Amino acid sequence: MRSTWTFPKVATAVGAAILGVIWLIPLLWALSTSLKPEPETTRSPITWLPEAPTADAYRSILEQGDLIRWFVNSSVVSVLVTVLTLLVSVLAAFGFSRTEFPGRRLIFGLVVAGILVPPQVLIVPLFQEMTGLGLVDTYWGIMLPQVVAPVMVFVLKKFFDGISRDYEDAARVDGASRWRIVWSVMVPMSRPILVAVGIFTFIGAWNNFLWPFIVTTDPSMMTIPVGLANVQGSYGLRYAQIMASALLGGLPLLIVYALFQRQVVRGVGDAGIKG
Amino acid sequence: MSVQMPSRQSWRERWAGLFFVGPFLLLFAVFLLWPTVSGLWNSFFNTSLAGVDQEFLGLQNWREMFADSAVWSSLKNTLIFTAMSTPPLVVIALVMALLANRTGVLGWLLRFAYFAPFVLPATVVTLIWVWIYEPGFGLVNGLLTAGGFAEIDWLNTENRAMLAVVITTVWWTVGFNFLLYLAALQGIPEQVYEAADIDGASERQKLFRITLPLLRRTTALIAVLQLVASLKIFDQIYLMTNGGPNYATRPIIQYIYQNGFTNYRIGYASAISYMFFAIIVVVAVLQFKLFSGSKEDSA
Repeated sequence: MRSTWTFPKVATAVGAAILGVIWLIPLLWALSTSLKPEPETTRSPITWLPEAPTADAYRSILEQGDLIRWFVNSSVVSVLVTVLTLLVSVLAAFGFSRTEFPGRRLIFGLVVAGILVPPQVLIVPLFQEMTGLGLVDTYWGIMLPQVVAPVMVFVLKKFFDGISRDYEDAARVDGASRWRIVWSVMVPMSRPILVAVGIFTFIGAWNNFLWPFIVTTDPSMMTIPVGLANVQGSYGLRYAQIMASALLGGLPLLIVYALFQRQVVRGVGDAGIKG
Repeated sequence: MSVQMPSRQSWRERWAGLFFVGPFLLLFAVFLLWPTVSGLWNSFFNTSLAGVDQEFLGLQNWREMFADSAVWSSLKNTLIFTAMSTPPLVVIALVMALLANRTGVLGWLLRFAYFAPFVLPATVVTLIWVWIYEPGFGLVNGLLTAGGFAEIDWLNTENRAMLAVVITTVWWTVGFNFLLYLAALQGIPEQVYEAADIDGASERQKLFRITLPLLRRTTALIAVLQLVASLKIFDQIYLMTNGGPNYATRPIIQYIYQNGFTNYRIGYASAISYMFFAIIVVVAVLQFKLFSGSKEDSA
């Protein structure tokens, strides 16, 4: 069946494209500003495109080096948070789904109740605790609270519950230990959901503002979102540089999203259906 | 099955599970349960951040909180933000999903454009939007003056600042709801529309008689998720207006933050945290009621 170009179809496509352009304008405007020489950014009336595009703003940002430092911090924190969250949550979900131990139901109930606790409510006591543990201004201090994701344990446990026991029974006959069963039966069978969960954990860790903002005071330990919060003050009103840092700060995840769009779209769908 | 096994084996069998849940439970206990409990405990003391000389206050923090007009005004700001941001975040997401539910290059580009802002950190978003709202040479005021209108100092005018934050928030986060709607749309079987085609239904009839009714449950889900997310507003407001002008946009979480980290009143900040926590729990329970009650009429 060949699709024909009826009026509603054309109108939908045009409307969709217009809305898409509107949604991109703030980013394009930031890009345009970042390519202007500083005096042109504060000229009135505004110019849509730089008259003589220059990469000066990017050059001075990168020479200054702060952004690179924050990029390294964000990468370390986000990668480790993602790996640790997946590891700890997979093991816990397996434990709740496939093993019996005293108090299992009660403890799982407690974990589910933990989903209700908004992280924002915990900032004050958590900071006190981090001070006591000497973890302020450390990677561990930034990471550990983010690794606790009861919602992930819940989602994975439900997913594991749906996997037939025949597979692991077969593996067990072959002499596989439970540990082996986790890694060579459960994990391969849940790869799509683990990829989706992993991508969202990564985006969440990369973009987390409130907790890293509270637990870091040393600029050399800051992540990109926290470090950029101080940029406005330190650069004064140099808009081309501010926009250049904003775009460089946002670029890594835009690339991740462009590469993994299919997984992200499906992941949100899965999360929504389960939620 | 394992009844006949030797007792050594069954001891291992009984406790092996803890080995798997152990690492998570340890972190859960230390970084979620403990701060939850110690927060409640602190709310009955006049704890300062230094942690020296705690003095038991009983309900004094709680009494002070209910009499504190700043608590109520920041709670009001939070509710105003929630009321202003939730409807557009649901409606625009639905429109986007209806427009972008297509395959091919255009579909890919639309999904990129609509969702791209969501993957940006709060700070990147606010740096860009503060610049857009800038008086004199920002994009919005540049367009206003070019069109012969008067400039508006968006972020420094009391009854404009919240609107400016809401617009930024809609741009930033609508993509998530858009993807939820998109997944729901793609879950509607093609045969439903084919049957409607055979009956000679117009595009308009298909939209209003089939698509929208089938999305009712998704809409309820998105609305409630959005409600809870909006109540937790802090990042954008803190970064764009710092709660101003004249505290007109300060949300409840910023007031908690100020009490804890600027005034070093841990006990008082904890009491306010717990009141906010209670509100979130009430909304979540209502959400649960709503969804367990409405399940049958959607199936």
